[in-house]
Amino acid sequence: MSEHTYQADTVERAEASPETEQPYEALGVKDDEYARIREILGRRPTSSELAMYSVMWSEHCSYKSSKVHLRQFGERAPEVDFLLVGPGENAGVVDVGEDLAVTFKIESHNHPSYVEPYQGAATGVGGIVRDILTMGARPIAVLDPLRFGPADAADTHRVLPGVVRGIGGYGNSLGLPNIGGEVVFDACYSGNPLVNALSVGVLKKSEIKLAKADGPGNHVVLFGARTGGDGIGGASVLASATFDADKPSKRPSVQVGDPFMEKVLIECCLEIYAEDLVTGIQDLGAAGLSCATTELAAAGTGGMDVKLDLAPLRDATLVPEEILMSESQERMMAVVTPENLPRFFEICEKWDVISTVIGTVTDTGRLRMTWHGETIVDVDPRTLAHQGPVYERPYHRPDWQDALQADAPDAARLARPAGGEQLRATVLRMVASPNLADKTWVLEQYDHRVRGNTVLAHGEDSGMIRLSEESGLGIALSTDGNGRYTKLDPYTGAQLALAEAYRNVAATGATPLAVTDCLNFGSPEDPEVMWQFAEACRGLTDACQILGTPVTGGNVSFYNQTGSEAIHPTPVVGVLGVIDDVARRTRSAFETEGEVLLLVGETLDEFGGSEWAHVVHEHLGGLPPKLDLERERQLGEILVAGSRDGMLSAAHDLSDGGLIQALAESCMRGGKGARVVLPGELDPFVELFSESAGRAVVAVPRSEEKRFTDMCVFRNVPVARIGVVDGDTLEVQGQFEIPLAELREAWTGTFPKLFG
Amino acid sequence: MPARIGVVTFPGTQDDADALRAVRVAGAEPVSLWHRDADLHGVDAIVLPGGFSYGDYLRCGAIARFSPVMESVIAAAHEGMPVLGICNGFQVLCESHLLPGALIRNDGMLFVNRDVRLTVEAADTAWTGGYKAGQEIVIPIKNGEGKFTADERTLDELEATGRVVARYLDNPNGSARAIAGVANAAGNVVGLMPHPEHAIDELTGPYPGPATDGLPFFTSVLQRLIDSELVNA
Repeated sequence: MSEHTYQADTVERAEASPETEQPYEALGVKDDEYARIREILGRRPTSSELAMYSVMWSEHCSYKSSKVHLRQFGERAPEVDFLLVGPGENAGVVDVGEDLAVTFKIESHNHPSYVEPYQGAATGVGGIVRDILTMGARPIAVLDPLRFGPADAADTHRVLPGVVRGIGGYGNSLGLPNIGGEVVFDACYSGNPLVNALSVGVLKKSEIKLAKADGPGNHVVLFGARTGGDGIGGASVLASATFDADKPSKRPSVQVGDPFMEKVLIECCLEIYAEDLVTGIQDLGAAGLSCATTELAAAGTGGMDVKLDLAPLRDATLVPEEILMSESQERMMAVVTPENLPRFFEICEKWDVISTVIGTVTDTGRLRMTWHGETIVDVDPRTLAHQGPVYERPYHRPDWQDALQADAPDAARLARPAGGEQLRATVLRMVASPNLADKTWVLEQYDHRVRGNTVLAHGEDSGMIRLSEESGLGIALSTDGNGRYTKLDPYTGAQLALAEAYRNVAATGATPLAVTDCLNFGSPEDPEVMWQFAEACRGLTDACQILGTPVTGGNVSFYNQTGSEAIHPTPVVGVLGVIDDVARRTRSAFETEGEVLLLVGETLDEFGGSEWAHVVHEHLGGLPPKLDLERERQLGEILVAGSRDGMLSAAHDLSDGGLIQALAESCMRGGKGARVVLPGELDPFVELFSESAGRAVVAVPRSEEKRFTDMCVFRNVPVARIGVVDGDTLEVQGQFEIPLAELREAWTGTFPKLFG
Repeated sequence: MPARIGVVTFPGTQDDADALRAVRVAGAEPVSLWHRDADLHGVDAIVLPGGFSYGDYLRCGAIARFSPVMESVIAAAHEGMPVLGICNGFQVLCESHLLPGALIRNDGMLFVNRDVRLTVEAADTAWTGGYKAGQEIVIPIKNGEGKFTADERTLDELEATGRVVARYLDNPNGSARAIAGVANAAGNVVGLMPHPEHAIDELTGPYPGPATDGLPFFTSVLQRLIDSELVNA
């Protein structure tokens, strides 16, 4: 459809035609929300305004169902002195010392990754990286926690390879090391994989950028990729309903990424930042131009005039409603003073980045947009950005929760292996099970080395990046989550996810500082799901207070379900730690024969939600492991102090699969066996497979054993000598022996068999 | 004055920071070169680092080959300046006809990031003088299109003239005759699919190691430059 046949729905027309029926329901706008829009405007919205309200007031952008629960992350946050930017901005920022700050955030791209695995996962990486860039930081790493349906399901074989290739294809091309994440399988994610992505960046403390349009007369510049017809989804409804044209208005709902464009855009932005040429900056992510213009205007002087027809297009047939909603990737919007504009353009030209002035900052308090001279949008931007609906969704504890918790996996219900032969077979079966098996097939598709500062990556408890070659200052990051635990008890399950990530960071020698979370849940319209959500938020808030790690930002993903069946509630928690010298990092590998193995923490008979119950009995019931957060904090301090004082040769956190899984991984990683003598108070099966929280296994030189155990005793944390690093078999004395080669064959064989 | 080694940045180059660091760690002065600038700024040797120049559009390295800086690099290479192309840089050198053969999609079709064992076969190039012929080293690869291919006659000639610089011990991508790197006839231009700049430091190099097997590529060229200055003097 050519331009001249298109008649814009102008403000003037909207005023003259109050009765015009608008397809607001098809855009996901509820009756009362539509009435509220008319009330705010004092007239019916133009179709462009309706498009903007529909996306800005959507669950994804407005957090309307989650807001009342998310508030406590800020209101009841622990008092810390290192938080520079908290929740609400594009990403949180923490002070890590040496005049440096680190910004990090996790986000979901679940639904697009199910529809189109490669592009969905790729643009998930692209989106979170732009959030980090927007804060003024150079992105320095990514982590990807992934969850799929059963490993042997046909659809998993469609989704997983595409998702992994998409993450690699995009992330590798950006030159960002991929240093961690998870690959988890569970039937509950069958029609709804979870593709979460975390990115982290570094900047000078004094150079934090904020998303606001200040200073009347300053230019509003759109730069990066041209706007295309991808990622429009719902807006097609508007276009076709309003104009009834015969153009092919069925637009793809999943965005298409171009990592090369993003790589160039990153370098271009960093050069622009280095010369301090912007007064405000915002990336174009969800809700594209609608979101960038309203958020910049709402946070700044308050007004903005935009000539929408100046936006460079990939497809000349796009109409304003589509341009406003397009989620085309690799675009940024900057606010630039007239003096800085020539230099800004020069840098864009150097990087071959298209940049166009499309508007001006004003002090009118209105966001006005024109299309070839006619006014199509005239709104108070704060009504879009901040005054969206807020729902107090009803919630209640599910009726089935009691029965689920009563169905405990005790010995009377689920048959347990007994004797050496059965335990040996169980070990081999468990290490080969998809959730515990070696993920090399996936991880080899990611570049974890680029930029040359990766000190630890996959296969270690957390990823670690060096920030300074001079001082050795670095950061560590881990993401963890356990949907089964959270299903059994959302409050404790969310806390366990945090505790595991916290423990993983401490195990590498870094001090845990701050948290980002990706809250993956079912439909908020289901009161039982809403209860899970409320409990998880409350649990995280309480745990953050005790651990002293504030939530700095994150993302909520609702409506994760197949039909009416919701996924397990799955809060995925990322913890950021700081380490003053990466040279003292602790690996998980047992490297030196003769060193002493110590088990730190207490083991109880805890199999609710365990990997063993899942793999061997396909059972989910009972309660998740108990959590003592004070104990977790003590354990964290022990692990960090052990690294700082040079006592630790290796440390590995105990989680999925229990002690034996941790021992097997550390043995295989270091290429050394272990002779293990169980303390003997519990059933060997419980000692080996229980998933009690607050535990780690460490290797120490004999000369450090007493000093280390004294430190544990002093802190009231149980510690027991359980063996030595020795030979080339994993031996549990009196029970079984497994040659490392056999163990490795079982552990590494699974993924190539499934996906190779 | 230390030797100056240039590292070219194309749009889409990823490992330029790593190559600059490797040059510095080796003891040379690193110099950033920009693809649009034909001036080589007086450098004594050049590294074309890894990445996805111009997004790998058309064909890996195919567009980079026509950038202004490459005209100067090609001319300098013909005059004997040491040039090392790593990964995408190797692809650029093949596209520039400074090196024979081509790099195509890996057997297995996937991007592979792995520490691989290599034997250094030619220890007489500008970039490998610090190794012993036959020496086994560990260097990471990370590529999707790293399978070296050439016609049989070219392969025979490369073998016969000692221009196979490095060979994989466990061929990870189906490269012809397990070739990981080749040199031009004069030995000043070397293309290498593995990344020596990722194996220069105990903290960030291959684990469990050895972690610094890549460093001699950079110290070798430094030695070569010093030797040739002595000869010239």
